[in-house]
Formats: sequence, structure tokens, C-alpha cells
Amino acid sequence: MAGLELLSDQGYRVDGRRAGELRKIQARMGVFAQADGSAYIEQGNTKALAVVYGPHEIRGSRARALPDRALVNCQYSSATFSTGERKRRPHGDRKSCEMGLQLRQTFEAAILTQLHPRSQIDIYVQVLQADGGTYAACVNAATLAVLDAGIPMRDFVCACSAGFVDGTALADLSHVEEAAGGPQLALALLPASGQIALLEMDARLHEDHLERVLEAAAQAARDVHTLLDLVVRQHVREASILLGD
Amino acid sequence: MLKSKTFLKKTRAGGVMKIVREHYLRDDIGCGAAGCTACGGAHEGPALEPQPQDPASSLCPQPHYLLPDTNVLLHQIVSAWRPGTWDSVASSLRLPGSLETYVEQEQGENANDRNDRAIRVAAKWYNEHLKKMSADNQLQVIFITNDRKNKEKAVEEGIPAFTCEEYVKSLTANPELIDRLACLSEEGNEIESGKIIFSEHLPLSKLQQGIKSGTYLQGTFRASRENYLEATVWIHGDNEENKEIILQGLKHLNRAVHEDIVAVELLPKSQWVAPSSVVLHDEGQNEDDVEKEEEREQMLKTAVSEKMLKPTGRVVGIIKRNWRPYCGMLSKSDIKESRRHLFTPADKRIPRIRIETRQASTLEGRRIIVAIDGWPRNSRYPNGHFVKNLGDVGEKETETEVLLLEHDVPHQPFSQAVLSFLPKMPWSITEKDMKNREDLRHLCICSVDPPGCTDIDDALHCRELENGNLEVGVHIADVSHFIRPGNALDQESARRGTTVYLCEKRIDMVPELLSSNLCSLKCDVDRLAFSCIWEMNHSAEILKTKFTKSVINSKASLTYAEAQLRIDSANMRDDITTSLRGLNKLAKILKKKRIEKGALTLSSPEVRFHMDSETHDPIDLQTKELRETNSMVEEFMLLANISVAKKIHEEFSEHALLRKHPAPPPSNYEILVKAAKSRNLEIKTDTAKSLAESLDRAESPTFPYLNTLLRILATRCMMQAVYFCSGMDNDFHHYGLASPIYTHFTSPIRRYADVIVHRLLAVAIGADCTYPELTDKHKLADICKNLNYRHKMAQYAQRASVAFHTQLFFKSKGIVSEEAYILFVRKNAIVVLIPKYGLEGTVFFEEKDKPNPRLIYDDEIPSLKIEDTVFHVFDKVKVKIMLDSSNLQHQKIRMSLVEPQIPGISIPPDNISNMNLNGPEKKKMKFEK
Repeated sequence: MAGLELLSDQGYRVDGRRAGELRKIQARMGVFAQADGSAYIEQGNTKALAVVYGPHEIRGSRARALPDRALVNCQYSSATFSTGERKRRPHGDRKSCEMGLQLRQTFEAAILTQLHPRSQIDIYVQVLQADGGTYAACVNAATLAVLDAGIPMRDFVCACSAGFVDGTALADLSHVEEAAGGPQLALALLPASGQIALLEMDARLHEDHLERVLEAAAQAARDVHTLLDLVVRQHVREASILLGD
Repeated sequence: MLKSKTFLKKTRAGGVMKIVREHYLRDDIGCGAAGCTACGGAHEGPALEPQPQDPASSLCPQPHYLLPDTNVLLHQIVSAWRPGTWDSVASSLRLPGSLETYVEQEQGENANDRNDRAIRVAAKWYNEHLKKMSADNQLQVIFITNDRKNKEKAVEEGIPAFTCEEYVKSLTANPELIDRLACLSEEGNEIESGKIIFSEHLPLSKLQQGIKSGTYLQGTFRASRENYLEATVWIHGDNEENKEIILQGLKHLNRAVHEDIVAVELLPKSQWVAPSSVVLHDEGQNEDDVEKEEEREQMLKTAVSEKMLKPTGRVVGIIKRNWRPYCGMLSKSDIKESRRHLFTPADKRIPRIRIETRQASTLEGRRIIVAIDGWPRNSRYPNGHFVKNLGDVGEKETETEVLLLEHDVPHQPFSQAVLSFLPKMPWSITEKDMKNREDLRHLCICSVDPPGCTDIDDALHCRELENGNLEVGVHIADVSHFIRPGNALDQESARRGTTVYLCEKRIDMVPELLSSNLCSLKCDVDRLAFSCIWEMNHSAEILKTKFTKSVINSKASLTYAEAQLRIDSANMRDDITTSLRGLNKLAKILKKKRIEKGALTLSSPEVRFHMDSETHDPIDLQTKELRETNSMVEEFMLLANISVAKKIHEEFSEHALLRKHPAPPPSNYEILVKAAKSRNLEIKTDTAKSLAESLDRAESPTFPYLNTLLRILATRCMMQAVYFCSGMDNDFHHYGLASPIYTHFTSPIRRYADVIVHRLLAVAIGADCTYPELTDKHKLADICKNLNYRHKMAQYAQRASVAFHTQLFFKSKGIVSEEAYILFVRKNAIVVLIPKYGLEGTVFFEEKDKPNPRLIYDDEIPSLKIEDTVFHVFDKVKVKIMLDSSNLQHQKIRMSLVEPQIPGISIPPDNISNMNLNGPEKKKMKFEK
């Protein structure tokens, strides 16, 4: 690892957080009127926008329609200005395809797709600023957008990343911590049941440590859930005031 | 509260990147003072003492905490050692993260100024905070800084501030503390006339640029032991040529100290020099004889043939200092009442250090520790400060302490934390221990070790199987059963790396309970072991190999001599003896096979001291004797190590801990080949096998000791064997043993490498589970690095201990003259070996106050002609040995030539006969006592 000290002797991380602490989360639902559902989330400096259309008829080839459930279509993109260096990212590059696929897996597990057979749900996510944990931010934004669209789900899907540095599990990695090259794990959780919608890790980590890192990520995901729940309640309250109840 | 930081950074490729970072300011960092209600229990980690017990200071009589600024903390950390002296407030580094004390960099303010301001703000905050906490006990925080401006500003802001020196001087209780302060004050540096001796060191950024572009080379600075004006720099990296650069002359050395990482610039070829063979020590008492130095430097540059020239360079800058506290002695200044003295380190590669002390008279004749603070451009010597007094010179305890410190051998008693992981006594084998273990208590196992050995880590057995084959077992103490990965005991053993055997003392790697009791495979007790069992046929071919954890009960602990007696005796027929005979027979075959493959048998003169049982003074010296049984045990240990190495590498190709011995580069053999040639012998060095064979052939009927001498020389040509991690290297060959793969498995009590190998093997056979660090090749590589370092240091410490005891021996023995053989020929000296004592020494032919004799040195043969006598390598001479105590620090064995006689140089023989008479007389007296 680079010379940077990711975790000080006193237990603080580079940006002043403790090992299990999340970055500041701010979110809003219903940011676009055009779409069926939309949401915007900020997790520290990672900012993402999610838009949901559907459920609607299958667009394009009818052959894709599933007889027993809805098709979930996810597209991920990141803005050219999202990272330190401006860089054009064409649609359909490998990274965004992979991310789209992961999102799709996550939401197929959470959305009650069997309620809408032969239809399609589109989830578009764009990252406006990337500072680590983009997958987690995308999932969280998309959850809010799906909720905003009124599509029935089993539960919230809350995601969070976790890493492992010097024998300590760190929750919600920032870009600096990700770039250091340690093992990193992404977890999407259905908090009420504790079921895992998606778990992804592509580095080597000894099995003895896995449990701890997983627990750190799960705890962080539950924390995210508390916050998202507040956002949803706040949004519903505002909406009902507007309706004049 | 959230702060965002945005800044621009230039990337390596040259692009500009904008970096946005968040910074969370915390409101939950406590002040650390015990019982502070305002902060509650928010504080973690070491707390401040509730009532600072500071020594009385005349500057601030009330109780106070100290807040040193970063520079003071960094430079004075040595003085901060002593507990109770510095109750420093929680390190200033933490405070900027706190909400109240966060300081933003202002426009035009540089990072250092910001830090200073942050520390001042912290001091102010602390003072106000403590006032709030308890108005009555008047706690105060005192700010210590050496920066004049910083101090002025602090006083302006109402913070009590002092410089380090002011504060320490005001401590009435500890006047000697002032000596320990690192002298960094600007006035201190202007000791000398201001004449600049050295050129400036370039800043790090320039060095890095230069290294990247290839104008400078980065390497480790290694000063020469024999010549203080010469050093070599080992260049890092795999560039094969220019591996080693020679530096010559004070100016080119440019204030680099041994072990520093430096940047060097190569000089043009016209200025290249050859390594001088002159032995030169820095002895000048007065400092400013720079002109004299230049004269001496000229002396080094004698005409040499073109091809002897080696790449030569000069130090342009220091990349990293590797200073440590040095042991040594004070050379008191000639000027009375002077407070500045020179300190001479025990290690000859370290320059002398100027220190300031008022206790010179008490420190005279003592071993002391001194740390270097800096080396200004205008000073001949570096500046330092006194750290610790070790004791009187020549005392056995002091000298042992010095050699342990100098070789960085961790020798403190084991801490409570470490001891807490030892098994509780009385210890016995439980059901749980028996899981995954084979019961081998019925086997007739015995151990063979040197006499007096208490840490027995290997035992053997051999029996005939029903099918006529032989079963041979090597049983090694199961240390990894007791040392569990990751705990304090494990960490401490990993740090120590090896047990260090000194002449009269053993520095254990693991606590004694384990090393001499629970792990030691003593006879007639049940012990846990790790067994390696082979089935062999009678021509020692391995048919089957099995590894298992086991329980054994050794039937006998024998010494080499006892085992030999049993094998040789005609009428002993018991199980142990038959077992030993079987082992011995197989060992002979194994050895023959190994030698056929090209394993080397080398030789080095090893000595043992016979100690006086009461005073522990050496009374007699003896070279080690080798018996058949030594090689029997060795043979099976080698076999076990090789079998285990194969197994763990098979199982863990990426992270097996192995040991390799690289083949030496051909140039290493030059001395050996030349020396043999002078005796009309040919030594082939192209492969290990041909070397072994040509060494076997190199016999001279008139000179039986020649072969041993050649083997000793060959040993000197070898490279060091090292531990490495299999995933980080692809050359596994062990040159000396002619084995494609090798590791250490057989001595886990005294080597940590074996513990790791045990763990790997246990995992491989499913007897134990793995843990994260074991499968991390980078962690393993770090362990190897430490182990290699510790082993090297332990070896040096052992040699130093032998040297010291040799001195003690000759001190009591008086002056003797002995036969010796020339090992090397130098420009102004010969290095001789005295077989009787296994002692090596240098005979100088140049003395300061005598006219120099006519010396002609021929590098090709190599030979040295003095007046009319020519000395070749391996020539037999007679030398007089005596203890030279003229230099208290380096008491040394001085040797002078007796035969052949050279008028004016050798010592007349009648002189000796007197001395010889004295010798036995003294001895007699001793017997009478």
C-alpha cells in the first residue's frame, strides 16, 4: 500500500471518520416530474441520480418479454465530469455494462416482478461525481427512485461498501481508501429480513476476516436504511401536505 | 461539521488533476485529562495523568503539562524517554481534527506556519479548557518550541511558552538532563571557524529527479571498517554493472554515515580509483586538520593498473539517514574544563561524534551511548548528544551489553504480555492435544546433541520393518503447538528471529519454560513433536515419506561422544544402540550421495572456550572436534529439511518459506584461485561439484594443513544463504548443499523460520488451520527480511563475543608465540590464522613512529615483499600474540612477526624466550590456587 496512513493509531481515517462511520448522506425523491420515479443521493462526494420508468410494455423486441414476471432493465452511466480528470465514457463500455448487470441482479431480487408479467421496468442511474462507493450510491438512489415510482418491492435495498485495512474493517470507502488497493467488498442488503441481494468482492481476503468485513458492511447498510427511511417518510409527508390532507 | 478541501495536483504524467476531499471535523474528541466533565468519557487511548508529577521547574512552579511542537518532539524523543520527565499533552497531531481547534490554511500561509498556528490554538484551547475544568488546582499547559518566531507569537497570544533548552535548564531536579538534549540550536553549530569543509547536500526533490534521469544513483552507504576515508555504495536495483561504487576521501564521502541511503554521482573515468589495501584509522585528536586529511587521501591514490580501477563517485545528497544510538567511549578533550568532547563509537565504520557534556570525568573509561543530531557543513565530525551510561569498560556485563546493543539483538527479559501466553504449569498432554496426533511413545527414540545442551529440538529413531525396509524418523519439537499465530508470544519470537548463542550466555528466542522444558525433547518424558518419517531401503533410497504431528517419549539424551561410544562399542546390543548403528549406516550413504551431487564441505575454524565455573573467565581454548555422530545427525536434519521444503512448496507454491544459497559470482573466487596457484594447485570454480572435487584433490604431502586453509578461504568466497518466500523469487537452488530446494524445519526452538515452516506443513497435512498472515506473500517476505537481518546480526554478535573472550583469555595468559599461516596479503599488512586457537589477526608492517620499511606489494600473485623477505599466501610464520590495551575502547589482540626474521621489523627471538618463560609460570600459579 502507498505511504498514506489509512487508519491512524487513534483510530481515525484519512477524512476524520472512525472505522464504522458512514459519510454524510443527503437524498431527495421526486426530482424529475417527467419520469415515473426519480431520486438524487449524495454520499459524501459521491453523487448519483436515478430515474425509473415503468412498469410499461416491452419496448423493442417483443421476444424479450417474460411470461411470468417483469423485465428489469438497468443502465448505468457516469458523467464525463464525475472524476478528477475529465474523460469521455462511451455508452456500453465494459465497466458500465457490468455495473448495469449488477444493478439488474440487485433489483430483480428486490422488486416483486411477478406482479407485472410481460412488462418492463427501466432503471437509469447516472453518477455525477465519483468519490468511491459508486455501486452503493447507485443502488441507494435507485431504491428511492423505485419507491418514488410506486413499484412494489419486498423491502428497501440498501447498499454499502466495506474494506479491510490493518486488521480493521472500514465501512463506506472513499476514493482515497479504494485507490490504496486493499480488498473491497460491496453488499446490497434487504435490511428487514437481513437477506443479501448482492455481494461482490474481487480481491483476496482470508476467510477469517470475511465475516468481520461482511458484518461491517451489513451494519453500514442498516445505517443507510435508517437514513433512507427518514427521507421516504419526509417525502411522503411533504407530498401529503401538498395534497391538502 | 464537514469541511471540503479542493486543490490542484500535478500528476506523474504531467497532467493537472483537481482533487476534492472531504474532511469531517469531530466534536467527540476529549481532552484526555482524567475526570474532565466537559469531555465526558469521550477520550480513548492513553490519558493524561490527573496531577502531573513533574520535577520542579523554576520557571513554572505550579503543576503543568507540556505541549512540545512537532520539531521538538521529533528531535528530543530520546530525552523524552525517561518517564516522568515529559508529561506531554496528547500529541498535537490529533487536535486539528477536533472541531474547536480546527485551523484552516490562510491565504499565503505555508503548511508549516499553519501547523505551528494549529499547535498554538491547541495550547490555548487546552489552557482555557483546563481552567474551566477546575479553577482551584491551576493546571497549565506549557508550550515548548525551539522556533523563535513561534514562541514570540505564542507569548503574544497569552500562552506560556519556552524553548526546550530554557525549560530543561529550569528543571532543578535533573541537572544531567541538559546533556541529553540534542544540540540543534543554531549557535551550537558554529563551533568551528566557519570554514566550510563539505559541499552542500542537494534537496530531495532534485535527487529524485537526478535518480530518475540517471545522473545520480541511489544506494546504501557502507563505510569501510579498515579505512575511514573509504566507503562503498551498494546500488539498489538490478542493474548488473556498477553494482558497487567506491567513494574515497572525506569530501566525497560528504557526511554520509554507515547504512544511510544516499545518492551518488559517478565521477569521470579519469578520476576512478582502485580500492586501496591500506589500513587507516582516524586517530587525530584535533579536529581541523583538514589539510592533513588531504595528504592522507593522496596516499591512497597510488598508481595501479588500469583494470583495477572501479567506478568511483561522490555523495551528492542523503535520501534517508539511518542513524541509531551508537555505543562507544568518550575521548576526553585535551583542554581542561572543556565541555565539548569527541566520542569514539565501537563500530569502526561510524565516524567520531562531537558531544557536549559536563560529566566528562565520570564518563571517562565508561561505555556510553550517544545519538547523532546532525552534521553541519563546516564541521569535521557530526554533532551528537549523550544518551546513556552502560558501565565500566572491560567488565564482562558491560561488554556483553555493548555487543548486544551494537548488533541490535533484542535481549530484554520477556514482558508480562508475552509470558501470559505460556501454558500453565504443571503441564500435561490432554485429550484435545491428542487430536490429529499420532502416538509414537512406544518407539525407541533418542536425541544426540552437544554436551550441556538444554534446548533439544530434534530426536531420531530407526527400526527395521517387517518387509525388511528401514523406518527412519526425525522428530522435531512441536513449538508451533505452543506459539499460536498473532499473539504477543508469537510477535516477540518473530521479532527476535533467532536464539543468539554467546560464549557464556544464551539469548533465547522463546521464554525458558518452552525452550528448556516443554519444547525440549528430553528423555523419559512425553513431549509433543512434529515427525517426519521415511521408509527407506538399505541403500538409503526413500520409498515413502510421511509427516505427522505426534507424541514421543525419548529414551535417551546422548551427547555426540556418548553416541559415538555406543556405536563403536562391541558389546552393546540394546535398542538404542542398534537404532544408532542403523542411522549411522544410512547417514554415511546419504552423505556420499550428497557429495557426489556436488555438495561442498567447507571449513571454518570454530573454537570453544573452557570456562572457569566460578568466574566464567575462559581458561582454555579448543577448536571444535567433529565426530561421525555429528555428521549423522546433520545428514538426517538435511534430509528432513529437504523433504519438508518439497512438501510445502508443492502445497503452497506462492507462499512457502524456503532457504536458498545463491552461487557466488566467479569474481569472488579470485583470491582462492590465485592463492592456490601460488602453490601450484588448480581450483576449478565453474560448478559446485568441480569446486568440491578440486578442493579434495588439493593436497600437499609436505603441508597437511593446506587443504583446511583452502577450505577456509573457499568459505570466505561464498554468499550468504537467505530465507525467502517462494512466490517472490524463482531461483531456489541451494549452492552449498547442492539441493534444488531447501528450508529450515529442524530447530524451531531457536529459529523462527522453522516455526513458520511448521505451521505451513501442519496446514499442508491438515493438522492445523491456516491464518491470514500465513498466506500473504508480502507479509511472509517481510518476515524473511527480518529473519535474514537477525541471523546476520546474531552471527556477528557471536563472533564479537568470541573475540572478546579471546582477549580475556590472552589477558590471563600473557604473551605467547605461536605458529601461524598467512591467509591474505595486504598492502601494508598480512592477515594470519593461528590454527591452535582458530584465531585470526593482522600483522602490520607500518608503525606511526618508526621509519616505514620497504614494502613491495604484488597484487597478481599476491605477495608482499618486505626488505628482502617475500610473503605469500599460506606461508608459515611465527607470530607473537599479546593483548594491546593501549586503546581502551578497542582492546585488541596484537600480533607481531617473530619468524622469518627481518631486522627492524620482527621481534628478536631472545625477547620471546623470556616471555615464554613468563607464560608457564603464570599458569603454574593458577594451578596452585
